[in-house]
Amino acid sequence: MTEPGFILRSREALADPVLQSAMDKARPGFVRKRSDAIARVANFSELRDKAREVRQRSLRDLDVYLGIFERRVTAAGGHVHWASSTDDLRRIVLDIAKAAGARTATKGKSMIAEEAELNQALEAAGISPRETDLGEYIIQLAGEPPSHIVAPALHKTRPQIADLFRTAHALGERQLETVQDLVDEARRVIRSHYLEADIGITGANILIADTGTMVLCTNEGNGDLTASLPDTHIVTTSIDKVVASWDDASAILRVLARSATGQAITTYTSFYGPRQPGDLDGPSHFHVVLLDNRRSSLLGSEYQEMLQCIKCGACMNHCPVYQAVGGHSYDSVYPGPMGAVLTPLLRGERGDYLLPHASTFCGRCEEVCPVRIPLPSLLRKLREKDVREHHQRGGIWLIRFYVALARFPRLYRVATSALSVLSAKLAKRGKLPRLPGLGAWQRKRDMAAPQGASFQQQWRARRKSR
Amino acid sequence: MTDDSAVKTPVVGLFATCAVDLIRPAVGFASAALLEDAGCTVTVPEQSCCGQVAWNNGLGAEARVLARQLMAQFADVDYVVVPSGSCASMLKNHYPTLFSNPQDILAAQEFAGRVYELTCFLRDVLDYRPSPAQPTAGNEKKVVYHDSCAGLRELGIRTQPRDLLASLGVTVVDPQDCDVCCGFGGTFCVKFEDISAKMVADKARNIAAQAPDVVLGGDLTCLLNIAGKLQRDGHDHIDVRHVAEYLADATQHPAIGHSE
Repeated sequence: MTEPGFILRSREALADPVLQSAMDKARPGFVRKRSDAIARVANFSELRDKAREVRQRSLRDLDVYLGIFERRVTAAGGHVHWASSTDDLRRIVLDIAKAAGARTATKGKSMIAEEAELNQALEAAGISPRETDLGEYIIQLAGEPPSHIVAPALHKTRPQIADLFRTAHALGERQLETVQDLVDEARRVIRSHYLEADIGITGANILIADTGTMVLCTNEGNGDLTASLPDTHIVTTSIDKVVASWDDASAILRVLARSATGQAITTYTSFYGPRQPGDLDGPSHFHVVLLDNRRSSLLGSEYQEMLQCIKCGACMNHCPVYQAVGGHSYDSVYPGPMGAVLTPLLRGERGDYLLPHASTFCGRCEEVCPVRIPLPSLLRKLREKDVREHHQRGGIWLIRFYVALARFPRLYRVATSALSVLSAKLAKRGKLPRLPGLGAWQRKRDMAAPQGASFQQQWRARRKSR
Repeated sequence: MTDDSAVKTPVVGLFATCAVDLIRPAVGFASAALLEDAGCTVTVPEQSCCGQVAWNNGLGAEARVLARQLMAQFADVDYVVVPSGSCASMLKNHYPTLFSNPQDILAAQEFAGRVYELTCFLRDVLDYRPSPAQPTAGNEKKVVYHDSCAGLRELGIRTQPRDLLASLGVTVVDPQDCDVCCGFGGTFCVKFEDISAKMVADKARNIAAQAPDVVLGGDLTCLLNIAGKLQRDGHDHIDVRHVAEYLADATQHPAIGHSE
């Protein structure tokens, strides 16, 4: 039997010293910055409740808010496109790009564009996509997908990035030792791209129905240059992003950056809509492409709470499994706990259903989720769905057998106690010898031997002798 | 103890958990001794598995069968006390979510109201203090307490074992990343053995960096994982025990994974 992809990829990731050193560097910063940021507000718990309430309310009447959003954008001279699949999204964006006669496109960070593999489609159509977010730019040079939804190049080390830059930029001999060197060079190179671009493609963090506005949160200002300089701005985002009002949007902004990067608010938090008469500049064409890709099927289902997600990345920053194996092990643009829920639901390949099993249910993700998504509980539901629909997972027969035995408590007591006595006899210096069947435990750690007869058996014997 | 409780001694049904039952009965006896010292009458009803292993592996129907069985086994006791945060949370938090019909939900909620993790019950319900007069296992020792995830996050257990230990004069030190999972996770540790091994390696390294004499915790399974890794890495001088053994001064048995 071949081992599932996630197991193989995670094993490689664990054995990759470069990846491990990159993860070790990134991990403590994310955790500390978030915890410092929430300590600076007196009522973070209330802010989370408010943000969750906003997200739940918008999902409850999603069709209404999407309808209002579309009417407002259209009335202001923009265009809203509905993409039920990632195929649709690619086709819609390509049509707009071709109509604009585009040869090059700048891109801000958009997880929806990643989900739809938009860059590949643009390239195939002869349009050169140029990532402007530093992390996205790095992984574009490396030809890799993102490994984190907020920090896409988290898995890259400084020397690796320097190598990528030396290969990609014909700039001769120069110092590329420090972070500053790398950032300066990226800034110089990317700046020229903004001025050449025919279209700009960005994601959106929030859509505001009331005014047909999209909210863009970045720390590099790249999103704003991408959205503002070309004559056509295309927003690729998903249907779950809409909220009713600016008040609602601010409830999300209060928890988003604090949870993601430990900032009170992102360095650039911008609000865009179609260009209005009297505006001195800005794109003439404003398009919003709203991706569904099975999200609407989650509405009203037991997985609806997953759509509350505001894509802050706190769950993966605090997940010991993600931190051990990195984002690429998940083979999905959405890794970590939120990805382990979303990937089977949105993509749904059989291998994706192993991801919900890759959790100890330690609960740290739920503890830090700014909109209180019950991630362990959703993962558990997906395990049940997996067993229900795919019937077999390695070893589940053993659990079924154990449960069957446990239904006969007296038989269970006698049988398990006999097993304990037997294994205690095998013990060497308090530990079990290497036994077939215990390999998964014993390869990396010792297994303590049972003390002897089971507690229940001993308790009964002692009470009888009283 | 107050006068009220002297009049009516609470009857506690001890749910030992599979791991304690089969691997370390000393924890069950220590738990019973503590409860009796705190003025309870302890019974050990016939019991097997609470169903958590089924529930967490997608076998909902099997979990419901075992939950019904356990609730019936413990129908007649005032309290159900469990020396494990993980199993206690299964009974207390998860049982009420297993069912869909109102009658079952109400029964599970009534049951859940009687369920306590051991240190919570001793500290929060009984206001018990292990008496310093009891000869203790040496309070000059350096002790690390491992907060297991389900106890910490699903039941909010953190101060209770520390308070109980403090009355024995024991102060607990917290290693780096003390709130991060040890990598046990039930069947996770064998289904994803490499990831689990990495997690427990980090945990063991952080613990060993404190050079403690003793590691205590409230969940035997996590302790088996941690002890197994510490010993594999040659840290044989660190004793790993369930907190009940320490509180009840039941340390005459060798520590986890050790022999006479």
